[in-house]
Amino acid sequence: MAESASPAAPLLRTPLYDWHAANGAKLVGFAGYEMPVQYADGIIAEHKHTRTRVSLFDVSHMGQISLWGDEAVRALERLVPADLLELLPWALRYTQFTNEAGGIIDDLMVTNGVGRLMLVVNASRKAVDLAHLEARLGHAVNVALLQGRALIALQGPYAPVVLARHAPRAAKLSFMNAIPTRIGKVDVVISRSGYTGEDGFEISMPAEAASDIWQRLAAEPDVKPAGLGARDSLRLEAGLCLYGHDIDEASSPTEAALAWSIGQRRRREAGFVGDARILAELRGAPKRKRVGLLPEGKAPAREGTEIRDEAGATIGTVTSGGFSPSLGVPIAMGYVEARAAKIGTPVSLVVRGEPRPARIAKMPFVPHTYHKP
Amino acid sequence: MADFIYIKSHEWARIDGGVATMGISDYAQGQLGDVVYVELPKVGQKVEAGGQIAVVESVKAASEVYAPLGGEVVEVNAKLADDPALINRAATGDGWFLKLKLANPGATSGLMDEGAYAKFVESLK
Repeated sequence: MAESASPAAPLLRTPLYDWHAANGAKLVGFAGYEMPVQYADGIIAEHKHTRTRVSLFDVSHMGQISLWGDEAVRALERLVPADLLELLPWALRYTQFTNEAGGIIDDLMVTNGVGRLMLVVNASRKAVDLAHLEARLGHAVNVALLQGRALIALQGPYAPVVLARHAPRAAKLSFMNAIPTRIGKVDVVISRSGYTGEDGFEISMPAEAASDIWQRLAAEPDVKPAGLGARDSLRLEAGLCLYGHDIDEASSPTEAALAWSIGQRRRREAGFVGDARILAELRGAPKRKRVGLLPEGKAPAREGTEIRDEAGATIGTVTSGGFSPSLGVPIAMGYVEARAAKIGTPVSLVVRGEPRPARIAKMPFVPHTYHKP
Repeated sequence: MADFIYIKSHEWARIDGGVATMGISDYAQGQLGDVVYVELPKVGQKVEAGGQIAVVESVKAASEVYAPLGGEVVEVNAKLADDPALINRAATGDGWFLKLKLANPGATSGLMDEGAYAKFVESLK
């Protein structure tokens, strides 16, 4: 077997590192952090447990940023295509920082924290995002990276039952809403959100409280820890983008099939970085589109795999590909020329030099079960 | 039954009457995690010692598998197509990959025996 190289740079650790190391985690470098990729049960078991019960994920490596100041909402709106003015108190929105060319600098969650905006950004993009915010928001808006905070995701159908025993008010939230509350004596912010396609919650807390809150939740029957491996296979089944793979500075939100996250008012008024390209693509059609791909055989098609049409012409590239533990078959997503993006279109995926049959598939591969009463 | 021999890229072989059965080590399957797919060669394919002969894919990644010895593929493990997790459950048993008719049955110098491989694995931890 070919051995994989390990990175040489010193890795950061989350406040839960000791727990992971003591509880059978296989630790790997990810976005500069030493993170659990899986625990003893393995990725497939952790994935299935999340879909059928409930799992606990340490996502403290992600960037938590606070913005405040009189014009914070309007200033942030200039950097994203989402409608933030209509965001109700303690509601969340998924959006993207866009660049002048209409590409994506990062994707993020924004919460209206009443008096401040709370952002959660990708670990690998923290420094880039901060520089972007500081350069673009103007002096009236304050920006702070909250380095002293941890983030835990509780994901799966049993998540509300488990959370109700620790934070009963939060357990009644609807999808994409948050609440400032307490677990024990600790002030936390809990949102009904996540990145697995399942119902669930994300809990932001002071770093020093992370170990205690994690252990309280981990001690619950039905709760098991899950690593980044399961997080990745869960988000792929859910059709969700991974920054640096499915979206990057060259891909626009429209190409990435994220137009649903662009506000109606923003389409009319424009006024955000990269609006020329993005609005033009909304009126017409982007040249390429992010699509789901279902290989017909059992061989996974990994990131970078060439996609061809039936005539053998190259029409795109796989950006995320692997195995779906829920479906028991390989799944992938990637970009293809718009003419080939229709669901059901036969294509081939060139794996190890051999074109193998596949079809453009509907995403999500596994239906979302978000709590939307 | 013949003894196991190993190479540093974590494949094993067991020679019996000029034919070597081969697979990946228990350490290797543990490092890979859940195996979801194996691409095996066709019967009749020839390989040099140390040449790539198969691909094993876990949930996360694809890894190349090398032949500890040179020869011609005479059989592949058909059970792996429907149950690749056999490799996780029994890497050095039912999870074997293929059998090679050896080009040169005596050419086992430089290969590790079980004890030497155990020491090698220990040195990686």
